[in-house]
Amino acid sequence: MSLLKVDKLTKSFGGLTAVSNVSLNIEKGELVGLIGPNGAGKTTLFNLLTGVYVPTSGSIKLSLDDKNSRELGGLKPYNVTKAGLARTFQNIRLFKDLTVLDNVRIAMHQNIEYKLMSAFFHFNKYYKEEDRLKEEAEKLLDIFNLSDKKNELAKNLPYGEQRHLEIVRALATKPAILLLDEPAAGMNPNETAALTETIARIRKEFDLTVLLIEHDMSLVMKICERIYVLDYGMMIASGRPEDIRKNRKVVEAYLGEDVNNA
Amino acid sequence: MRILMKKNLLILLCLIVTFVIVQVLIMNGIITRFHEITIATICINIILAVSLNLVTGFTGQFSLGHAGFMSIGAYVCAIINSRMDSTLGFLIGILAGAVAAAIVGVIIGIPTLRLKGDYLAIATLGMAEIIRVIFLNLKITNGAAGFSGIPRYTNWMWLFIFTAGSIILINNFIRSSHGRACISIREDEIAAESMGINTTKYKVMAFTIGAFFAGIAGALFASYFYFIKPDAFGFLKSIDILVIVVLGGMGSITGSVIAATILAVLTTFLQEFTAVRMIIYAALLVLIMIFRPQGLMGTKEITDIFKFGKREERLNGRRNR
Repeated sequence: MSLLKVDKLTKSFGGLTAVSNVSLNIEKGELVGLIGPNGAGKTTLFNLLTGVYVPTSGSIKLSLDDKNSRELGGLKPYNVTKAGLARTFQNIRLFKDLTVLDNVRIAMHQNIEYKLMSAFFHFNKYYKEEDRLKEEAEKLLDIFNLSDKKNELAKNLPYGEQRHLEIVRALATKPAILLLDEPAAGMNPNETAALTETIARIRKEFDLTVLLIEHDMSLVMKICERIYVLDYGMMIASGRPEDIRKNRKVVEAYLGEDVNNA
Repeated sequence: MRILMKKNLLILLCLIVTFVIVQVLIMNGIITRFHEITIATICINIILAVSLNLVTGFTGQFSLGHAGFMSIGAYVCAIINSRMDSTLGFLIGILAGAVAAAIVGVIIGIPTLRLKGDYLAIATLGMAEIIRVIFLNLKITNGAAGFSGIPRYTNWMWLFIFTAGSIILINNFIRSSHGRACISIREDEIAAESMGINTTKYKVMAFTIGAFFAGIAGALFASYFYFIKPDAFGFLKSIDILVIVVLGGMGSITGSVIAATILAVLTTFLQEFTAVRMIIYAALLVLIMIFRPQGLMGTKEITDIFKFGKREERLNGRRNR
C-alpha cells in the first residue's frame, strides 16, 4: 500500500483550474521529484497536500501502516502536520526575529508533554520536558552544523543556512513525509551539491519519504528515484529520471532541447 | 537546574526587598496617602499592560478592548465584595471577576480572532463598547450613576501580591512551549500552522489569559477606588493601556512594567501643571515614538541585558549596518 495516495485531485480558483485531476502515489522510503514549468501548479499542489488550500475535489490518503489510513483533504494545516506531513517553503518562512533554537523548538511543539498549568507554574515536569526539547533540538541542528549558531537570530543567518534551518524545522515535527519546495533555489552549485548529499543522508537517518519540487535539474535527475511532471495543472508524465529525459511531452513542455546536457 | 533555582531565589529576594521597603515607607508616612494612589495606579496598570502585551505584543493580535475585560472584573468583584464584606469576599470577588472576564474572553475570542489586524481591532473595540453599554443599563450595576460603597480591601500587600504574581505567571507562560506557540503566530501565522500549531486555539488562549488578568486588575481597581462607573472603562481606557504596551515595547514584559511606572509617575508630577499637562504628556509620547519606535525595551527583557546583552547588541548592530 502506498504511503501517500493522491487521487484525481482538483483545485479551481473561480474559473481557473490550477490543479486538475492529478493523481500520484508515493511509496514508503521513496524520493520523488515534482517538476514543471513556472505556473504549472506545483506549489498549489503542495498547498493542497499540506492543507493550506481545500481541494475542490479528489482525495489525499496517507497510510502510515496497513491499518492506519487517513484522508488529509480538507484538514487544517496543523492537523496535516500532526498526521505526518512536514514542509518547507519556496520563499523562506522562518520566524526571523527568533533565535535558531526557538525556531526548532516551536516546531517540536506537538511532542511536548506538559500541560498549561505547568507552563504557568514551571513545575518540575516543565524543566524536564524543556531540557529534553533543547537536547533534541540541538541534535537536529547538529545535522546541519547549526548548533554553534543556536542563539543567533534566524534572520542573521546566511541564505544557505536559512534554507537548512527550514529543513531542520520541518524535521523537528517528526514527519513521515517531507515536502521540500525548491530547497536549492538561490543556491550556488557547491551549495546545491552539499544539499543533495544532506537530503540523501537525512532520508536514511530519519527513515523519511521525500517529495521534492525543484527547478535545478541536476539535483532532480541525480537524486530522485521517480519524477512527476506537471504542466498547466495536469500531470503529463511520470517515471524514472532517464525516461522523463526522453519523454517527448516533457521535452516540449518544459525541458527544452538541451535536456541531454543537463 | 541549579542555575534556575538560584535565579528563582534571586527573584524572590528582590521581590521581598521591594515589598518591605515600600511597606516601611508607607508605615513611616514617607509615602503619603496621595502617593499611595500613584502606587496603586502603577500596579493596576502593570497588570493591565502585561496582560495586553501577551495578546498584542507576543501573540500579535491587535486588541482595543482590554478595558472591557477590566470592567467585568471590576463589577463582578464589586458586587460580590459589597455583599460579602470580608477579606474572603474580596478574594472570591477577584477570582470570580477574573474568571468571568476570561469566560467572556473565550466567547468573544472565538468569533473575532478569525479576523486580522485592523478588523480585529474594530471588533474588539466594538465588544468593549457592548460590555460598557450593558453595565450602563443593568440594575445591579446601578447604571450610569455608578456603583459606590465598595469595601476597600486593596492595600499595598494585595496590590504587590497580585502584580508580582501576574508578571511571574505571564512571564512563565511566555517562556513555555505554549508561549512560544503564541509568539510564532505573531512571527508568521502560515509557518506556525505548518509547524503543527493550532493558531486559532492559541490566539483564543492568549486572549483568554489576557482577559483573566485584566479582570484581576479591574477587581483591584474597584476595591481600591471604592467607586466605579461604566465611563471609566471606555475606549480611552483601552487606549491608555495600549499606549503603555507600545511605549514599553511590544513583546517586552520589562518594558510594560517600566512604561506603566513612568507614565503613572509622570501623570502625578504633571498634576501641578493642569493647563499644559496633556500637552506635555502627549509631546513626550510623540518624542519617544520618533526616537524609539520599537518602544523603550523593544522585545528585550531585563534578563537579556544582564546576560549577553552588550556583546550581542554590538554584533547585531554591526550586521544591520
